[in-house]
Amino acid sequence: MVPLWMYLAVAAALFCIGVFGVLSRRNAVAILMGVELMLNAVNINLVAFWRYSETGTPLLLNGYAFTAFVLIIAAAEAAVGLAIIITVYRNRRSVIPEEADTLKG
Amino acid sequence: MELNAVTIGFFIFTILTLGGAIGVVTTRNLFQGTIWLMVSLFGVAGYFVLLSAPFLAAVQVLVYIGAIAILITFAVMLTRSVTRIKERYIRTIPSLVVSLALFLALLFGVTVPIFGDYSSELAPTVVMTTRDLGLALVEGNGYVVPFLLASVLLTAAMIGAIFIARDEES
Amino acid sequence: MDELCTGLCKLMVESGADAGLAQFVSLLVGVLLVSGVPLLTVIILIWVERKVAARIQDRIGPNRVGPLGLMQTFADLLKLLGKEDITPTSADRVLYNAAPLVSFASVVLIWVVVPFTPFHFGVDLEIGALYFVAIASLGTLAIMTAGWASNNKYALLGAFRVVALLVSYEVPLVFALLVPVMLAGSMSMLDIVNAQTGMWFVVFSPLAFVIFYISSQAETGRAPFDLIEAESELVAGFNIEYSGMKFGMFFAAEFLHVFTNGILMALLFFGGWMGPLYYESPLIAFAWLGLKGAFIYLTTLWLRNTVPRLRIDQIMAFNWKFLVPLSIVNLILLSAALKILQELGFAPRDMLSASFVDVLPTTVIMFLINLALVVYLLGILRKRGQEARRESGAAQGALAQAASGAGD
Repeated sequence: MVPLWMYLAVAAALFCIGVFGVLSRRNAVAILMGVELMLNAVNINLVAFWRYSETGTPLLLNGYAFTAFVLIIAAAEAAVGLAIIITVYRNRRSVIPEEADTLKG
Repeated sequence: MELNAVTIGFFIFTILTLGGAIGVVTTRNLFQGTIWLMVSLFGVAGYFVLLSAPFLAAVQVLVYIGAIAILITFAVMLTRSVTRIKERYIRTIPSLVVSLALFLALLFGVTVPIFGDYSSELAPTVVMTTRDLGLALVEGNGYVVPFLLASVLLTAAMIGAIFIARDEES
Repeated sequence: MDELCTGLCKLMVESGADAGLAQFVSLLVGVLLVSGVPLLTVIILIWVERKVAARIQDRIGPNRVGPLGLMQTFADLLKLLGKEDITPTSADRVLYNAAPLVSFASVVLIWVVVPFTPFHFGVDLEIGALYFVAIASLGTLAIMTAGWASNNKYALLGAFRVVALLVSYEVPLVFALLVPVMLAGSMSMLDIVNAQTGMWFVVFSPLAFVIFYISSQAETGRAPFDLIEAESELVAGFNIEYSGMKFGMFFAAEFLHVFTNGILMALLFFGGWMGPLYYESPLIAFAWLGLKGAFIYLTTLWLRNTVPRLRIDQIMAFNWKFLVPLSIVNLILLSAALKILQELGFAPRDMLSASFVDVLPTTVIMFLINLALVVYLLGILRKRGQEARRESGAAQGALAQAASGAGD
């Protein structure tokens, strides 16, 4: 049996790799991929806590249902995010977020 | 920890998940990055199977590999100025420091029970089926409001994405 | 497969093997059996397809190697293996070589949830129908990868076309798939088949079957949707750079996918192994499933060899403006009807134990709903067709007038 903390440790590692990707990559698409990694790290945590919940009643569906909602948000976020990236690219010929600065005074 | 199917599976999925994730943040080529992302998220789907949530695993594969991977690939192809970006990273050292520090803090948090002790034992038996999830999503005292909100959000996101990405000239 | 595996396991333990090892080996044997069935079928399928295509086109087809040309596939296999295995120098080596494998695996993996008889199946997943949709999406990614990794612009353009097609037709496919799932009240393939004891699902909703049939024809890239490999207009689509056995893998995946879809349709809409005397022996049950699957498979071959290819914009318009709305409306109407009938007590709450008499009212009402929908649709299509004809007639009239005016 795998103890709970190992799942949490893997999720923590995944989350931090995602954070590194978001902070350091220049390409907007790569940043979006980092965000996806972070969302999935959260999902591992939610499902693991649900499975190991001390109450012993996994019928309490919180972790399970919330993971489903996170997946929905991830899909919506990817669709809108990529649409924005494509539009910015079309207008400014760039996929670097710092260069989309038209609104800057 | 004894060696059985679950632990072997756990190690394989850990290698897939973390290896894929490292591939995502290190590869120079964004298409390869997408493939690495899929490897990583496939590993996450494996965890869901181990945690007796097969429905989530199937949805994970369907949503990420069936939809998001294709979306990202199309975005990568449509924004092909990738060659113009000379350096892969900016602020490499600070980001590395921040994420490593965060990882150590989180690892400390999950291994040392500072937030109170939590059970490390599996909940006895999982009797939940996909049917229970389906019922909970439409039941009045279940998740019917978040479920409806999620549907509205998806519709809004779909319309928004089409509207934003549409070429105005045509 | 289960009883076979446990039997083998017992045998090994009795002859002095380690229990864990015995279990592992017997599981492995089960896996080999389940994946072996499709691998063996594909060899015969290629021969069947070539023979049928030849007959439709008034040819004889392969008849040189072996009796009736049965050994032709083996000869082709040897030829493909003997060919030079080229990897373009500028290609992405790993992804280029992985793509055919993933493509083939995505089809073979579907067979995990296919129940051959009431007692012989790989796994009875609780989420069988969802699993099948999820695994099928791997194939899409494989095609995209193949197109990109070849580093050839024709391959990439071909892959774009295909992926747009596949992603679009997945939508009506899933909506049509939801009808049997809703009727059975379960996503397990075994439950879906068992729920058809009273009546086959195709009678409940012929429309859902037709939508599923059309979309799966598109998913496999067969005419009239054969943009994947439009021989007469594209060089070869996404697999232009592939040669030898790697090309063979894509090829085999496509052939197997068509037959797999036939089997899936037999399971989802035609009662799977149900038929006279199926409970007598697993062999009879298996034969019924095979017969139904083969019949649907033959109709797809017939369709493939008779209809012309559509343009990409026509294919997309047909999907998004016709199939998707139709499948959504069909699903909404049927689910509302089922719920109302259940509340009134005319429909069984649990299809799994319902007899023919129990489901008769539901069947009749759902069939009538489908019939009304079809009549309504045909009316709309007729009106559209008349309008289009009148417009083109008017345009032609104007042209003729102009021509005669110029002649004067």
